[in-house]
Parts: sequence; structure tokens; C-alpha cells
Amino acid sequence: MAGPSPSPVEVDEPVGDTTTDPDAPWIVLVWNDPINLMSYVAFVLQKLFGYPKEKADRLMLQVHTEGRAVVANGPRETCELHVFRLHEHGLWATMQHDT
Amino acid sequence: MVSFRRSRVGRTRRGTYELRLPAAERALLVNLVDQLRELLSLTTDDPAVRRLFPTAYHEDAERDREYQQLVRDELLERRLAALATVEETTFLGEVTEDQLTGWLTALNDLRLVLGTRLDVSEDDGGELEENDPNAPALAVYGYLGFLLSEVVEALAEGLPPPTETEI
Repeated sequence: MAGPSPSPVEVDEPVGDTTTDPDAPWIVLVWNDPINLMSYVAFVLQKLFGYPKEKADRLMLQVHTEGRAVVANGPRETCELHVFRLHEHGLWATMQHDT
Repeated sequence: MVSFRRSRVGRTRRGTYELRLPAAERALLVNLVDQLRELLSLTTDDPAVRRLFPTAYHEDAERDREYQQLVRDELLERRLAALATVEETTFLGEVTEDQLTGWLTALNDLRLVLGTRLDVSEDDGGELEENDPNAPALAVYGYLGFLLSEVVEALAEGLPPPTETEI
């Protein structure tokens, strides 16, 4: 392993979802289903989480292509409320420990 | 962008929403809303109805039972309230945002139940086969998707600015 650098070096900062709390014990997943419209899913994510359209679209496409996406995280009670609101909107949402 | 097609739903400058549906479509919606309400009152054991009450803890059956007990009545109440909103406003030319949100919920619930019944796949929604006994129901399913996407587009125009600015 290399020792400390004598001068600042450029490092690759992690990119992506920086809102993720590393201590968050629960995650909320949305799963792909053959019925919900893509525009509807993105709209619901914007409405419920206040996400910008670009982020909602990206998560929706991740659900569509990868089968699921993590859309929120936090304490159990918060996640359960998120899941309830997603269910209210007919999305296939589940929650689990963030392992 | 120019559109030559006058859409079914449009946001007004007052923040309300115009409904420009032909009478036959409104009559169809009354009929569908009636059917869904009856289905919801009869049973919760139908697979299509179960689609409206999804699993929350897919890795923990006991916690999921607790969740279902906790939310089931409220979920049902909200679905019935959305159906009632559509029923009360079916023949109006203009509705509020709250009322159109009721349409959003009801239209999506109708699609979920009908789509589950028809066992649709993501590729469905194209050509209808003349001899398919499900063709009329698939046509209704397609129409609901069309109308729902118009409602989504109109409501999206009225969304508040994002609260989370990170993209």
C-alpha cells in the first residue's frame, strides 16, 4: 500500500445517490410489473418523494430494466409510511433491512 | 411543440383541470367504476383484487400480516373514495386537482384489476386479434392507459418544484 501522498491528488468521488444514509437500516424497493405505466411510476416518485423529474425517470427506468430499484431509505416507521403511500398508488413496493 | 390532437385532460391557468371526454367515454367510466366497487365489496380473495393490496415485507410473513392488518382498511377506504370522486365528477367539464387525483387513483386501480385479470404482459397494448375473446376487455384496458397517461401529463404540470434538488 502506498504511503501518504506529499500533495493532494485527485480521487474519484463516488457518484450517484449521495442522499443514502449509510446508517439507514431499512430500504424501500419498487419492483417492475407489467401493468403500471412508465410515466405514471415516474410521476408517483416525483409526487411522493419530491424528486426532480430526472431522478424519478432514472429510478423508473432502473425498475423497468433491472426489475427493481431502491427509491428511499430510513428508519422502519418512515419506510413503512413510504410503502403504504406507494401501495396507495398501486406500485409494487416492499421494504427490507439494508444489508 | 405543436399538437394537432386536443387532449382529453388539460390544466387551466387557474390550476384546475378541464375534462374533455366524449359522453360515451364518461358512460363507460361510470360502468367500470360500478363494477370495481362491487368487486371490492364482495371479496378480497380475488387475485386481481389482491393486486391492490400488495405485500410490504416479502421476506417476513409475520411482519407482513401485521402491516396488512394495519393498513388494509385504510387502503380500501382510499380506493373507494377515489371511485366515489370519479362518480361524483364524471360528467363535469372542469375539476379540481384533488378531484383529478381521485381520477388518477381510480383509473390506475381499474387498469391493475383488469390487467391482472387479462394477465397482460409488457408487450401487450398493440394490435388486437379479431378472434380473441378478450379483445373488448383489452380495448378497454388500452383506453384506460391512454386516459391515465393524459391525467398524469396534466397533473405533472401542476407538481410543486422538487424538494430534493440533487439529481
